[in-house]
Amino acid sequence: MTVKPDLKTTYLGLELKNPLMAAPSPLTGELPSMKALEDAGASAIVLPSLFEEQIEHEEIQAHRLDLYGAESFHEAQNYFPDVGHDGIGPDSYLDRIRRAKEHLSIPVVASLNGHTAGGWVHYAQLLEQAGADALELNIYYIPTEIGETGAEVESHYLDLLRRVREEVQLPLAVKIGPAFSSLANMAKGFEAAGADGLVMFNRFLEPDIELDTLHVVPKLELSSHQTMRLALRWTAIMYGQVDLSIATTGGAHSSEDAIKLILAGSDVVMMASTLLRHGPHFMAKLVDELSFWLEDNEYVSVQQAKGSMSRMNCPDPSSFERVNYMKALASFTSEMV
Amino acid sequence: MQRRFVTLDGNEAVASVAHRINEVIAIYPITPASPMGEFADMWAAGGKENIFGTVPDVVEMQSEAGAAGTLHGSLQTGALTTTFTASQGLLLMLPNMFKVAGELTPTVIHVAARSLATHALSIFGDHSDVMSARTTGFAMLCSASVQECHDLALLSQAASLQSRIPFLHFFDGFRTSHEVNKIEELTDEDLHFFMEPELIQAHRDRALNPERPVLRGTAQNPDVFFQAREASNPYYDGLAEILEQSFDRFADRVGRRYRLFEYFGAEDAERVVVVMGSGAATVKQTVSALNAAGEKVGMVQVRLFRPFSAERFLKAMPASVRSIAVLDRTKEPGALGEPLFQDVITAAAESWQTLHGSSCPKVVGGRYGLSSKEFTPAMVASVFAELERQEAKPRFTVGIVDDVSGLSLKWDPDFNTEPDDVTRAVFFGLGSDGTVGANKNSVKIIGEGTSMHAQGYFVYDSKKSGSTTVSHLRFGPQPVDSPYLISRANFVACHQFNFLERMDVLETAEPGATFLLNSPFGKEEVWQHVPEETQRQIVDKKLKFYVVDAAAVAKKAGMGGRINTVMQTCFFSLSNILPKEEALQRIKDAIKKTYGRRGESILQRNYAAVDGAVEALHLVKYPEVADNALRRLPPVPAGVPDFVEKVTSLMLAGKGDLLPVSALPVDGTFPTTTARYERRSIAREIPIWDPEICIQCGLCAFVCPHAAIRTKAFALESLQGCPEHFLSRDYTEKKWQGSRFTVQVAPDDCTGCGVCVDVCPARSKEVARHKAINMEPKEPHLEQERQRFDFFLQIPEADRSQVDRTSIKGSQLLEPLFEYSGACSGCGETPYVKLMSQLFGDRAVIANATGCSSIYGGNLPTTPWATDADGCGPAWSNSLFEDNAEFGLGMRLAIDQQHAYAVKLLTQLAAEFGDECVAALTAPCGPSEAEIRQRRQQVRQLKDRLRSMPQAAAKDLLAVADHLIPRSVWILGGDGWAYDIGFGGVDHVLASGRNVNILVLDTGVYSNTGGQASKATPRAAVAKFAADGKAVSKKDLGMIAAAYGNVYVAQIAMGANPKQCLNAMLEAESYPGPSLILAYSHCIAHGVNMTTAMTHQKLASKTGFWPLFRYDPRRAHDGGHPFHLDSRKPKLPFQEFASKEGRFAMLARANPQQAQHLLALAQKDIDDRWHYYEQLAGIERENADLAEELKV
Repeated sequence: MTVKPDLKTTYLGLELKNPLMAAPSPLTGELPSMKALEDAGASAIVLPSLFEEQIEHEEIQAHRLDLYGAESFHEAQNYFPDVGHDGIGPDSYLDRIRRAKEHLSIPVVASLNGHTAGGWVHYAQLLEQAGADALELNIYYIPTEIGETGAEVESHYLDLLRRVREEVQLPLAVKIGPAFSSLANMAKGFEAAGADGLVMFNRFLEPDIELDTLHVVPKLELSSHQTMRLALRWTAIMYGQVDLSIATTGGAHSSEDAIKLILAGSDVVMMASTLLRHGPHFMAKLVDELSFWLEDNEYVSVQQAKGSMSRMNCPDPSSFERVNYMKALASFTSEMV
Repeated sequence: MQRRFVTLDGNEAVASVAHRINEVIAIYPITPASPMGEFADMWAAGGKENIFGTVPDVVEMQSEAGAAGTLHGSLQTGALTTTFTASQGLLLMLPNMFKVAGELTPTVIHVAARSLATHALSIFGDHSDVMSARTTGFAMLCSASVQECHDLALLSQAASLQSRIPFLHFFDGFRTSHEVNKIEELTDEDLHFFMEPELIQAHRDRALNPERPVLRGTAQNPDVFFQAREASNPYYDGLAEILEQSFDRFADRVGRRYRLFEYFGAEDAERVVVVMGSGAATVKQTVSALNAAGEKVGMVQVRLFRPFSAERFLKAMPASVRSIAVLDRTKEPGALGEPLFQDVITAAAESWQTLHGSSCPKVVGGRYGLSSKEFTPAMVASVFAELERQEAKPRFTVGIVDDVSGLSLKWDPDFNTEPDDVTRAVFFGLGSDGTVGANKNSVKIIGEGTSMHAQGYFVYDSKKSGSTTVSHLRFGPQPVDSPYLISRANFVACHQFNFLERMDVLETAEPGATFLLNSPFGKEEVWQHVPEETQRQIVDKKLKFYVVDAAAVAKKAGMGGRINTVMQTCFFSLSNILPKEEALQRIKDAIKKTYGRRGESILQRNYAAVDGAVEALHLVKYPEVADNALRRLPPVPAGVPDFVEKVTSLMLAGKGDLLPVSALPVDGTFPTTTARYERRSIAREIPIWDPEICIQCGLCAFVCPHAAIRTKAFALESLQGCPEHFLSRDYTEKKWQGSRFTVQVAPDDCTGCGVCVDVCPARSKEVARHKAINMEPKEPHLEQERQRFDFFLQIPEADRSQVDRTSIKGSQLLEPLFEYSGACSGCGETPYVKLMSQLFGDRAVIANATGCSSIYGGNLPTTPWATDADGCGPAWSNSLFEDNAEFGLGMRLAIDQQHAYAVKLLTQLAAEFGDECVAALTAPCGPSEAEIRQRRQQVRQLKDRLRSMPQAAAKDLLAVADHLIPRSVWILGGDGWAYDIGFGGVDHVLASGRNVNILVLDTGVYSNTGGQASKATPRAAVAKFAADGKAVSKKDLGMIAAAYGNVYVAQIAMGANPKQCLNAMLEAESYPGPSLILAYSHCIAHGVNMTTAMTHQKLASKTGFWPLFRYDPRRAHDGGHPFHLDSRKPKLPFQEFASKEGRFAMLARANPQQAQHLLALAQKDIDDRWHYYEQLAGIERENADLAEELKV
């Protein structure tokens, strides 16, 4: 009789039943779909980010709406009834955490995108008080000023992490994009600044140009399978070099993708696009396939497989380095000729 | 029992009681009473219960007549019911009021008393409305202050229940309804105490009930009607005593004592003034001052006007009285005297001697305070002085200079009764800078946070964009009851530096006062930028002069242009009303209290503004002489028409009070073409044309809400003498080869809305953000653009007969005859009005329903309606809100009748003019501009000849000959009129078959009164009176009209499809029957960015929210399809549109479940309507009335 492989993993100090988590998406924003994800086997969920800038923007918009045309004309002291502002601000988000904690047994990770130094800390504290099991700091910053150096940008990231760390006891993960000159070194910096984990990589809302109107428009598309490989490479490089939990996200669409990322060294794989495409129940299939693959390939546990194909442990470490790209190019051209 | 002190205005004070003691509240918006309904609706939406533990059912009706009907029905069926109204609204309630009173039904109608429209509409306060209700049988109880109207809202209801006589409880519109004051709030226990259960049960026992049915509302005959009418007399006879007992009980419980007739003054007074309403406090102050000076005077404040208790009134006065002046705040032309005067003189003549044993005093009557005309102690003193004269005027006016009838009394403006311990502060601000809001807040800070008393009153100008506000605040240790503007301020703040250019902000500053100026210039530089006139006042009055760069502080704090918190902090820092540190803390506490619910970011920004303000405040040391070469600008430029120079300019300068009676037209008739003289220069940025990029589409001018960007095509020779920098380029229209073309902004008339730039389709190929017109800061361009515009105006207008008015760019070569209105910046209505004026203005007669369009169209001092170079232009009038369609139909009938008469007379005179001439003039005039021009010339020639002809027929013809020129009748108004209050008339006029054009400027709310829901409000939108989202779908007025089959109907949205809009205008006008155009009009009440709102209309169409269509009865023949859908099938969900508008988005945040539910239903509405319209587009109809020549 074969023994089922042990799927358990640890992320940010949280014991998880398997390494497949639901990444932030509309599915992790509403309780029914969160519940469906849990029922389908997701080991944890990450809520969509609370955006300080958006809260601030909405507060200001609502405030302006109340003041719009107000106290300017004898016949109209204002133009809107006071409908209240309860839906604006962090309350609904915090309430969502509370309800998720009430109804789910899997860990609930909150996600925060701050806008001001004070805001990061303030909202992190609110998320902690609301009962989140861990906090993901969804940091992104577009340095548009030509005079700003890479070191300054890095320092900006680390400073705000330190500030949150000082005020919050929750396990902290940092979700970053790949655009650092030395990603591994940066990861080490996050570790030193108090991070417990690293989430690679953030996908940004990259703008597009509408040709008919010549307007710049925001556009969000679901991830493609190919984007997974960026995280794959960097997971493999980071594994063993940093004392951080590693989560990969973006482009993992199948159990095969997840397995590869685990082999490269991911503690957890976070998925969103594929679940949006196929529905929350798809998580069950992914967990089963992960289990079958491990079993078929005689791994006894996720822990055993984790990092076995990292740069440190793979047969050919240089494959994760620059030569990898040249080799791919060479084989491609040779086939075509 | 602990009662709290609150600061609120009269409307809220009344609504607070009315909401708590009623079960059904029927409402309809009307200034200045609207806020009472708004409060009740908002509280009901928030679940606020009455003292009986239920939430009042607050229902908005289609008119005040509807509200009164609902009130009547609800009362008949046993519920405690109320309503709020004013002015014309009260008139619409009169029929029901007779019924309610005749049936002895207890209720209270609360009225913020306002002028009735006569020679002009006025929203301001007097008693002409309530005096029109004095025959209804309602008791009439008048409150004179905010506290009083709070208390009497309860006591009138209690007395009504006990006496069974319904009450009209009234207080002065604006002066009391909008004055913010500190009052003691009645508790629920107080309300319970006076709302006696047995009386409520008795009311319910009298209600209609099938378990014990009765009949009420019979028709009676000569045999019994009279007796039955007299049967209720004992109820009226007993009312005064009932109310008196209520007042006594109130005094015992609450401590405030009211009397039906309140006497104040010397026990041996010889002269007495009788007055009702807020003016009583002014009279009281004057009496105190005069008696302190050794005079023997007194006053009677009348609270219960109906039923008038002569005995109580006379007993209130001492027997020593020798003369009485009765002041009425109303006018009854032709009457022997006004109503209060008549009651007083009757009472005195009948009973004075019997009651007092002395001979009846002399009684004189005067009018004061019409339409909120100032009524000051100085004026009261003049009345007392007049009473002392042997030959006192028996009838007089006070507060104006009447050089026509000689009725007015002179007063000494230096007479003053203001106590020394009162801080009197006047603030000049912009509507958009938050000055009024901050000042209301200051009143709250003092009123609710300290033992001091506070009063705030706010004056606005007549514009909706760039409006100025003047706040009058008083703070003192005693209750502040001075219901008149501050004329001696010890603190003046000017919140906008540029006001100094035109306004005399220091007129009210008393010597030694503090002057706080928001200035971009620091303490060292500011002096040289202050006009000499202002400098002189500062020097002469030895003012303490401070500056603060509030804009910089506000900007740094993230407050944008809202400088209110900065200026408020400076005020508290300088005024010493509170210790500085305490004041700052209280401001922050108030910020938290006011904005706490609005989020941390709002609080932090306001706190930062407070902290930044004090540091930025500086004392200015100024020289002892005023010698600046810089002078204040005149209100109007030189060379304006006589009337504008002598009358309009004074109104523009804020000195209209000084105009004597002889300066004003006797019948409300004013010249047009006056807005152009204002040159308000309120824009910060203006559009600047780049001819290199321009494709000459004309869209910028087409959409301009203010006619401030214009296009002209002209012969090259017209450029002779142009300024060197004047811009033009070749006109690309083939027919106009060799001509030049210019797009020109009117730099001082543009409001800076940016709509023109937003719609401009032409972009630079190199820098995509650079368009053919671009918003740029005004100041660097101002002088050059002024010169360009002045030259542009000299270029001849295009020959209308040569213009292709069916194209957008062609239509924009036609001169707008509606220009520079005071509508909101970026208004969605005015572009349609302007377009109509361009296409048909030279021959248009306009009936304009009351509302936004009548205000920006006809609110003095000026009007945007204008004439062309030939002197022709729209002839405009506003009748009422409810009757506009009928008003317009009347115009059509008169025109047709006079046309027929002209034809008849001309035919009679055929021998004089020849058959050919007669035939040419009596034949229907063709629709083209050339034909109309020719007809106009022919008629002018005809009139020239008629002037010298002796025949009676010729003289008659001369009076009606203009009717031989085609006239275009336009009936304009908003959706509140067309969908609600005026719908019956609209429907009837549409059914009339007559040739009128109804243009509905559909904002989906009552925009003018602040955004109350109408039947045009879309489902799921938040609006006042629909605070929880409109639950039902918008009425489809277009389809109702189309159902007639012979009505031209178009639904248009200029921003979605300008060409369809233009086509619809032309088709509607050319259709010789009734036409209805429903024009989508964005509005600030939608919560949209007004700069992009025109472009946003595309989304309204693309989502199916506002499908475009035209129903042309001329196509209804031989299998034709009269209904044409001009929109494409919706491809985007409604959510796409809704999420971009505050009116929908707010509900999604405030009540997500309700929003989800209503938005889903709204989407279904859209889907269903589109499905319905698609089917209609395939429907064949046959228009039986269609004449052969009209078929297309």
